[in-house]
Amino acid sequence: MSVIALFFYLFATVTVASAFMVIASRNPVHSVLFLILAFFNASGLFMLMGAEFLALILIVVYVGAVAVLFLFVVMMLDVDFAELREGFLQYLPIGGIIGAVLAIELILVLGSYTIDPGDAQTAVQPIPDLAETSNIKAIGDLLYTRYIFFFQLSGLVLLVAMIGAIVLTLSHRDDVKRQNISDQVNRNSKDAVTLRGVKSGEGI
Amino acid sequence: MFESEFFLTYVAPPLWMLGQSVLLLVLLLVFVAYILYADRKIFAAVQMRRGPNVVGPWGLLQSFADLLKFVIKEPIIPSGANKGVFLLAPLVAGVLALSAWAVVPIADGWAVADPNLGLLFVFAISSLEVYGIIMGGWASNSKYPFLASLRSAAQMVSYEVSIGFVIITVLLCVGSLNLTDVVNSQADGLGTRIGLPVNSFLDWHWLALFPMFIVFFISAIAETNRPPFDLPEAESELVAGHMVEYSSTPFLLFFLGEFVAICLMCALTTILFLGGWLPPIDIAPFNWIHGSVWFVLKGLFVFFCMAMVRSIVPRYRYDQLMRLGWKVFLPLSLFMVFATAFVLQIMGWA
Repeated sequence: MSVIALFFYLFATVTVASAFMVIASRNPVHSVLFLILAFFNASGLFMLMGAEFLALILIVVYVGAVAVLFLFVVMMLDVDFAELREGFLQYLPIGGIIGAVLAIELILVLGSYTIDPGDAQTAVQPIPDLAETSNIKAIGDLLYTRYIFFFQLSGLVLLVAMIGAIVLTLSHRDDVKRQNISDQVNRNSKDAVTLRGVKSGEGI
Repeated sequence: MFESEFFLTYVAPPLWMLGQSVLLLVLLLVFVAYILYADRKIFAAVQMRRGPNVVGPWGLLQSFADLLKFVIKEPIIPSGANKGVFLLAPLVAGVLALSAWAVVPIADGWAVADPNLGLLFVFAISSLEVYGIIMGGWASNSKYPFLASLRSAAQMVSYEVSIGFVIITVLLCVGSLNLTDVVNSQADGLGTRIGLPVNSFLDWHWLALFPMFIVFFISAIAETNRPPFDLPEAESELVAGHMVEYSSTPFLLFFLGEFVAICLMCALTTILFLGGWLPPIDIAPFNWIHGSVWFVLKGLFVFFCMAMVRSIVPRYRYDQLMRLGWKVFLPLSLFMVFATAFVLQIMGWA
């Protein structure tokens, strides 16, 4: 038994167990924390496969940014759990359909692999030898040549999403005073202070 | 027994790694104790006070006395707190901060691990450090810690973006994310390209990427929640922010994690911009001294700058902090990524 297999079963077990706890735990903050644990172990699995870059990017993007925002939102929510659990069964049909679709897709993928193991090789580019080229170079070579249009398309989708988020939250209010840093920096004593000789009893 | 294959493949390497890690941890913790002492002394000197001066000669044992005090005090867990998460938070903060040190090379080859993507690993770990604060703030079940955790989540995510872009510019210049390569590539740089005969401190990235050096220095202060960006624990408004409800050893772990993260950021500034273990001028008296000495000296210099910033600059307001991160550093670092790539391509240095 190799050490890699031991670590694989460790990471895989913890991933599945924490993924189960995400839906099983009653406190939503605990759910998000278990989700983070699941991400973490999934990145451990990537690391075992030699995909170091993907593993670390998974941590930086999902754990370091996306899950922080999840946690942020969940902590702010004031959810009444008793009320939430009352209408639980009415979501059963749609949840069941989504579950069924996912199960069928998994069966299709795994089934085609079992029927024709060579099939998977035709769909993907051969993975370059890890000794020759580094992880990032291999991904870059594929992403910016063969899949450049998909890459740009996903960039465009993200850009639209970002502009949408900005437009939704942008509100200009005239009754609020805002700090203008460049105005403050450009002020000097000449045009900020004026000296006037005021005679007593008169005022300006 | 010692020649058997099982021992050589499965027992010896983990033991060897364990030994290295324990040595690193012990040295690091002693170092952190004196960094803390230095921080307080510098702060005191700026304010014309004497600072810690009672325990041991010149107060040198003050940090150890504090350690003892923290450990023997009673840990208090608030009755409304979420107990599991409350105790997990300081552990997360402490362990994550320490684990990033596994890849930091103190001198050529002096690292517990030297992976290809070392820089990305450090970046990933430092992006996780926000969890200690968020979990602690939420689990305390109190207003001040919660406000602190909200602030720190926004702050650390914002400044990570510019740190990411700084790392990309360095990556463009080096062509590798391995920390040893990052240092070695600074042996000859801008200084030798303009015709200096010896490798000197002008070759390091701080000169070639000067705006990025400043951005990284300020972002490092913001990322570690040091003053003037210490909004998560602003004493004057939030008492001590996410640490209000903590006492005894859990508090110690938070405190330790914070200072280990500060040391890590100093080390990272040294590696990325100040040439790591390279001597300032590569001639006789300077290159006799071992690289680790130069590394520590440069790290201490960066820490001294951070401590001076802490004692001189007043605390930022929250909106000013966000403005600096998103409206100043982000466009500047984005521009520098393009400019660096452009220059490297035009001059054929890539």
